[in-house]
Amino acid sequence: MGNPNKAKAESGFMRWVDDRFPATQMIQEHLTQYYAPKNFNFFYIFGVLAMVVLVNQILTGVWLTMSYNPSAEGAFASVEYIMRDVEFGWLIRYMHSTGATAFFVVIYMHMFRALMYGSYKAPRELIWIFGMTIYLALMAEAFMGYLLPWGQMSYWGAQVIISLFSAIPVIGGDLTQWIRGDFLISGITLNRFFALHVVALPIVILALVVLHIIALHEVGSNNPDGVNIKAKKDETGKPLDGIPFHPYYTVKDLVGIAIFLFVFAVVIFYFPEGGGYFLEKPNFEPANPLVTPDHIAPVWYFTPFYAILRAITFSLFGLDAKFLGVLFMGGAIAVLFVLPWLDRSPVLSIRYKGWMSKVALAVFAISFIILGILGALPTTAARTVVAQICTALYFAFFLLMPIYTRLEKTKPVPERVTG
Amino acid sequence: MADNGVNKGRRRFLVGATTVVGAVGAVGVAVPFVASWQPSARARAAGAPVRADISKLEAGQRMTVEWRGRPIWVINRTPEMIERTLGIEPELLADPDSSVPQQPAYADSELRSIRPEIGVLIGICTHLGCSPLYRPEPEAAVTDNWPGGFFCPCHGSYFDLAGRVFVNVPAPTNLEVPPYRFEGDDIIVGEDEEAA
Repeated sequence: MGNPNKAKAESGFMRWVDDRFPATQMIQEHLTQYYAPKNFNFFYIFGVLAMVVLVNQILTGVWLTMSYNPSAEGAFASVEYIMRDVEFGWLIRYMHSTGATAFFVVIYMHMFRALMYGSYKAPRELIWIFGMTIYLALMAEAFMGYLLPWGQMSYWGAQVIISLFSAIPVIGGDLTQWIRGDFLISGITLNRFFALHVVALPIVILALVVLHIIALHEVGSNNPDGVNIKAKKDETGKPLDGIPFHPYYTVKDLVGIAIFLFVFAVVIFYFPEGGGYFLEKPNFEPANPLVTPDHIAPVWYFTPFYAILRAITFSLFGLDAKFLGVLFMGGAIAVLFVLPWLDRSPVLSIRYKGWMSKVALAVFAISFIILGILGALPTTAARTVVAQICTALYFAFFLLMPIYTRLEKTKPVPERVTG
Repeated sequence: MADNGVNKGRRRFLVGATTVVGAVGAVGVAVPFVASWQPSARARAAGAPVRADISKLEAGQRMTVEWRGRPIWVINRTPEMIERTLGIEPELLADPDSSVPQQPAYADSELRSIRPEIGVLIGICTHLGCSPLYRPEPEAAVTDNWPGGFFCPCHGSYFDLAGRVFVNVPAPTNLEVPPYRFEGDDIIVGEDEEAA
């Protein structure tokens, strides 16, 4: 990369800018001469949509901060003030709360796309790792944001999650106290979560998004065929199966964004609470440390991991069930980071992998959804067994991957992209 | 000398030394930021140990003191209550020997206390944080052959007079015993015995 003879405008204002800042050069590298495969399908809209939602979260978040009061005494009332008294406060808050759900919908689809088409495989391992780090930061961001309304579910959800750290042997107790900054979740905890939610983590997420995109533009996008478009170039050095990102994909993405915003608006205006899954019912009561809600469930996007946590009801290797559950939950996320090195298949895309990979991906996706449903429900003995089976399948998908991707017979990959 | 008179060994040493000193400095700078997350002086004061006079606590009675926002029960067990508690079949209890660390090491006896008669428990059900009811006498039967104990009305967990949880109830562990010690007629909750 790195062009010693930087592209510059011929004359005029842009030339003046280009002599001082590589504007034309950057536009060419990342838009007008960034070649993306021409065979992108539906699943390739979600990266752009994640950017749209990120902008929505930052914009609405900044506006919410203007009326929110991060204290144990004032937090709940200030959210009610935003909902009732601030001009369009209800809309801005619902855009933010629905945006959190939309963010995870879009990110899960984006990750599923990567699983299907092998977008995590060489040479895109770092894109995947940056992406997974964004996902991790996003989970922390969402968790801390959920404490801020200071409702009953905010409080007790945080109580359950923070107490997970107490399962860690030896340092657990001190660690939870350090996280809370108090002997129980209090205004002190609320204040620091507020600082992390509105300042620290957004900066981290934005920086990671930049790294994710720089890494992507270094190696180029994968595609549904998993064919390397840079292998076949015309005489001017442009990939034969590539088209410039701008104007082709910018215009195409606008259609996807319009459809997304339509659905997003329907949820904001007609189902902002998502039937109790986006904004949970106990959260309409102020936080009360002395009264526990009957049933504590995390917001839907955490439920698969919560189900894994609760599925571990047995002790193993001298570790008690609680700590083991925390290990399994952490492991469920950690294993995603090493995914690029678990897949030993010679091909990238599911289209050319064998039947074992196809079955494995389908079983994994179904297990993940079942875990998500179970995590939102109270436990029963039967549900625990189902959760244990799905947890086993979840881990089997990853841990058996080095075996089944090597065993199976793959189909020949075409030289050029199809469709 | 080659390399235009550059002494590579000395340069490497200086770069290394600068890196080490810089790293030490970075760790030093991190200390106040990490330590700043510890409970503040005000939070520590609000969570300080509490003192209560137990000389007026009649046998069989319970008193409640508040420590760190939670109810702390102090019960004065009669010899009959102790006898009934020790007489419970171990298989009826989920953790009769208090193997789960829900108590300080000096209170992991069968009665989970320093003095056999004085029981000190955090009055929060280990299931979902409700506060159980005091049912010390067999007459206030919760189950058949009720030996006396605590009954949580929220989800039906029950505990014996040492705070040990029975089997087949939602609560997973025994009631927590806070750190405490005695000083004359007083009990001090929130401070370990050794720390006296």
